[in-house]
Amino acid sequence: MLASLVIVFREVFEAGLVVGIVLAATQGVAARGAWLAGGIAAGTLGAALLALFAGAVQSAFAGNGQEAFNAAILIAAVLMLSWHQLWMARHGRQMAGEMKALGREVALGRRSLFAMALVVAVAVLREGAEVVLFLYGIAASGHEGWGALMLGGALGVLLGALVSFGLYRSLVAIPVAKLFTVTGWLIALLAAGMAGQAAAILAGADLIPAWGYQLWDTSGLLPEDSIPGRALHALVGYADRPMGVQLAAWLAVLAALVVGARQTRQAAPRPRQPSLLQRRSP
Amino acid sequence: MPIGRLGLPLLIALAFAGSRAALAAEPVVLMLKDHGFVPAEIQAPAGERFRIEVTNQDGTPAEFESSDLRAEKIIVPGGKITVIAGPLKPGTYRFFDDYHPDTAKGVLIVPERQAEK
Repeated sequence: MLASLVIVFREVFEAGLVVGIVLAATQGVAARGAWLAGGIAAGTLGAALLALFAGAVQSAFAGNGQEAFNAAILIAAVLMLSWHQLWMARHGRQMAGEMKALGREVALGRRSLFAMALVVAVAVLREGAEVVLFLYGIAASGHEGWGALMLGGALGVLLGALVSFGLYRSLVAIPVAKLFTVTGWLIALLAAGMAGQAAAILAGADLIPAWGYQLWDTSGLLPEDSIPGRALHALVGYADRPMGVQLAAWLAVLAALVVGARQTRQAAPRPRQPSLLQRRSP
Repeated sequence: MPIGRLGLPLLIALAFAGSRAALAAEPVVLMLKDHGFVPAEIQAPAGERFRIEVTNQDGTPAEFESSDLRAEKIIVPGGKITVIAGPLKPGTYRFFDDYHPDTAKGVLIVPERQAEK
């Protein structure tokens, strides 16, 4: 039972960290609960479908189907996180300005929510497919004590969800004025980490050049497969033996999001407050 | 300054211009049977990129995983996967089936390079 608890917890925990950040980042946006729950449901359904067609995925793209699929959904998540980041950069300024823009913001907020629901779905899909296949294997082997293993799996899901909830609660305890600055950085790091992972997956299958297969080795210091290592991997894309292209993708996306958000904030329509405008302009 | 907009496509373009490490012609062949690896110990040359072929002869799914080799790939029952690993330094590298980590584990040994001639 313990073995299945550990295996399932690990996967749910990784997805849960992403869900926790997304929940905090969408704090205060109307109807986000339904959207994000939809994202989790879609991810779970997708995971079951992916497990069902695992054989077909495996043999697709000359045996590189799993790599191509994982990289593709990671890149989709990076694009969605970027969209949200830029939207927040704009939205934050407008919220502080005229309230008459609110109607438009709600419509825009819906698009950002769709993007974030997709990010949640991708996180659940990636880790969920492994859980589904693992539990299917237990059920199919019908070996003794599979009930206990299933119970362990259920407890693993519960514990993983608790971590997610705990992260969310500690994030929203941050004062609102600071919250979106913190979640902004978390989203940028999350996107950078996912971009790095996508690059590492593609380079690992020789689909793109690696630019150095191992830039450094910190597996002795902080192994990527330990729980803190996994948490950092899921949150900021930590790798104990990163490839060159992985670091490059990480840096590129982080820089693009930080610079992009700054530019959007500057270009966003400002509230009609000349004194404020003058003070902030160089 | 459009650094963000120019930088990314530039990086992507550069990414495809690099060169790759040589790939060994012969894959290392592994089999999963009764939730164990056959053979449980394999060898690979140092400093070379090589393929590992894993066939799953069990009736349940498996996941070939190794943080040492940076591999993580699902194998359906009766399925076969190929992962590419390396280039590695001489040493011992562990791998396992993530779904049966207690029984299905093995090591890859990269021997010290013998003196030339």
